[in-house]
Amino acid sequence: MRKLFIWVPLVIFVAFAGLAIWALVAPPSRDIPSRLVGQQLPEFALDPQIAGRPGLSRADFRAGEARMINVFGSWCIPCRVENPQLVELARAGVPIDAVAVRDTPAQVQAFLAQYGDPFQRIGADPNGRFQVMLGSAGVPESFIVDGAGVIRYQHIGEIRPEQVPEIIEKWREASR
Amino acid sequence: MIAELGLLALWLAAGLSGFQLFAAILAGRGAAVLGEAIRPVAVMQGLLAAFAFAMLVWLFARTDLSVALVAQHSHSAKPFVYKLSGAWANHEGSMLLWVMVMAFSGALVALFERRLSVATMRATLGAQAIVTLGFYAFLLISSNPFERLATPAVEGNGLNPLLQDPGLAFHPPTLYFGYVGLSVAFSFAVGALVTGEVGRDFARTMRSWVLAAWVFLTLGIAAGSWWAYYELGWGGWWFWDPVENASLMPWLAATALFHSTSVLASRDALRVWTVMLAVVAFSMAMVGTFLVRSGVLTSVHAFAVDPERGTFILVLLGIFIGGALALFALRAGKIAEGSRFSWKSREASLVVNNVLLTALLGIVLLGTLYPLLTESMGTRVSVGPPYFNPVGAIFFFPLVLAMMVGPLLRWRDTKWTPVVQRLAPAFAAMAFVALLVVIDGRAGLLSGTGLVLAAGLALASLLPLARRKPWRAPLTLWGMVVAHFGLAVTLAGASAESAFIEERLVSLTPGESTRISGWDVTLRGTIPVAGPNWTAIEGELAVSRDGAIATILSPQRRSFWSPPQTTTEAALWTRWNGQLYAVLGEPAESGKRKVRLWWKPFVTLIWYGALLVALGGLLALSGRARSALRRSIAVGRATQRREVA
Repeated sequence: MRKLFIWVPLVIFVAFAGLAIWALVAPPSRDIPSRLVGQQLPEFALDPQIAGRPGLSRADFRAGEARMINVFGSWCIPCRVENPQLVELARAGVPIDAVAVRDTPAQVQAFLAQYGDPFQRIGADPNGRFQVMLGSAGVPESFIVDGAGVIRYQHIGEIRPEQVPEIIEKWREASR
Repeated sequence: MIAELGLLALWLAAGLSGFQLFAAILAGRGAAVLGEAIRPVAVMQGLLAAFAFAMLVWLFARTDLSVALVAQHSHSAKPFVYKLSGAWANHEGSMLLWVMVMAFSGALVALFERRLSVATMRATLGAQAIVTLGFYAFLLISSNPFERLATPAVEGNGLNPLLQDPGLAFHPPTLYFGYVGLSVAFSFAVGALVTGEVGRDFARTMRSWVLAAWVFLTLGIAAGSWWAYYELGWGGWWFWDPVENASLMPWLAATALFHSTSVLASRDALRVWTVMLAVVAFSMAMVGTFLVRSGVLTSVHAFAVDPERGTFILVLLGIFIGGALALFALRAGKIAEGSRFSWKSREASLVVNNVLLTALLGIVLLGTLYPLLTESMGTRVSVGPPYFNPVGAIFFFPLVLAMMVGPLLRWRDTKWTPVVQRLAPAFAAMAFVALLVVIDGRAGLLSGTGLVLAAGLALASLLPLARRKPWRAPLTLWGMVVAHFGLAVTLAGASAESAFIEERLVSLTPGESTRISGWDVTLRGTIPVAGPNWTAIEGELAVSRDGAIATILSPQRRSFWSPPQTTTEAALWTRWNGQLYAVLGEPAESGKRKVRLWWKPFVTLIWYGALLVALGGLLALSGRARSALRRSIAVGRATQRREVA
């Protein structure tokens, strides 16, 4: 009993040291895995954000086609930086819908006029409630949803030019 | 020139520490001449380290911007106190402070400890040399505080404004003193393991060091908690943050250690267990330092984070702790078993104390490392109050019961009936408070139980004084009574705060008011104010009851310009029965201001209790010092008499 007990502290310490070495060596990862990846989109229906463009609802994701949802705000500087990449993605054939968070029609119009307009539908999320339902913590964020309405990928932060091919690849995977 | 002198002193101290280690090893193999040199070398090393630290403080006092560390952490327009505290409010300086206090303690041990055998003393100072040598290497190789800049900076970066606060100027050094005290206990334990001499003398030699370390840790944790409470403006006093846990774990281990040390010193029991705890206590200090500085855990107040330093600390940890625990595993089997005792004895109650404290230590360690553990398996979690509070309570509440009973038991064996009779008033108080809590209905299970136990412990802790003339009672007994009573006070404060807290988060236009706990709080307006190195927006909140103004609260949002950072200065108004806590928020829409208010009943008891706990430790320490003094005088007289004869 005693013979065994006196080795316990050393064993615990070695386990701790192993964990600590792993923690020091493992590359620090900053991504926060979304609990919603692999899950069905929740039921929702958002009003149109600007005149002449449809709003966004759960039904739009039952058509059997993989789509991207971009959560943005005209007041958000990284969203401006991101917009050319979205335009490029749209040109490459990725259908993109948007959710405008805490925004006004006039400012969204101005934003699209100045920086480009890649969006097929734009839903209004005036108080950020839908953003929370999506499990999105900030803007911009992008989600790829497959033809069955299952969220397949979440991208946190702006999509940078070098990340465009990766996003297209994710969209192709979701399309299969 | 001053920086170079400091660096030279540091190198010399490191060299002496290496010499001390080899002298200890060779003397153990028969080189008696080298053995003679160990004590003076330890003293020299302490003096050199102190000199090096003094040079660093000097550099900060003069704001010598040709030194990289000063340029990074100081600024010419900083208040003088914070220039000085800037010397240790950074990674390099704090490590130098740590090694300085450690070397200095080594010198004290070398000068004054006379109880241990020559061989054990030698091994102890050898172990001390290994530890200091590790820290010198760390400083000189990867964290040189005296490094010069190629071209002197024009102006310094300044000190993080959150740290420009009296609480924080003295919180880290206090904790380091505690850690160092534990490192001395660690050296004694290693020395005792080497020679196998684990007995009363070992416990008596170590006891004062552990107690002193524990007092410093108590004060350091209390100061840190007070700082987080009023400076961060989040309204809480304990967040179960990894950095906080890093200081709590050594405290738990030290608490267990000095209780078991007292059993070993008085009754020569718990030998192996005490040696192990002495190693574990210092391991916790090192593990805590590693977690805080390596950045492997994300914390709200991680500082000086650097993976390279983390690697270095981990290597030191492996050498010190891995080595000591391996030595323990190999040698502990050879330590003779100590005295036995009945399960109805003070020894047994202290064993219960130790088991519960160790369990608490285990759950805090597990909770702190759990995010790391799950991350290594691919998922991310964060562990917070929903785990720590209930799981901790499972062990803490029985611990409070043991604290009520334990001091009333005798050594070796006790009869139950008289003890239960003596505890009757405490049980009555608990029943009364329980009744009040149930009638009131606001307290939850944890906070309600906390209030009941606090009442019981407050009364029970005084009982050891009841049947004797209090002024005749030894200081060590007074120390225990005051410390246990202090813990009851802290528990009462924490439970009352969590049971009866009120909170308001409102947006007010000037002239508008809100009501909290019977007080009307009116936002009169906001004004700009300026300090030595900051500007601020100050809110003027009039607190009134029935139309009569009671006080004006002036919470601020401060903007420091070097480094640029905004801090909130909460305004606190202390009443006998609690505190009103006000934080000025950001401007809200259409000229409104967000204001956050808390009424925190009896929250100040948390820190008053902690001060009492520390005072108890001091009383016990001075009791020990007094009897040690008497003994050494008696020994001196005896020697004189012998010489005369």
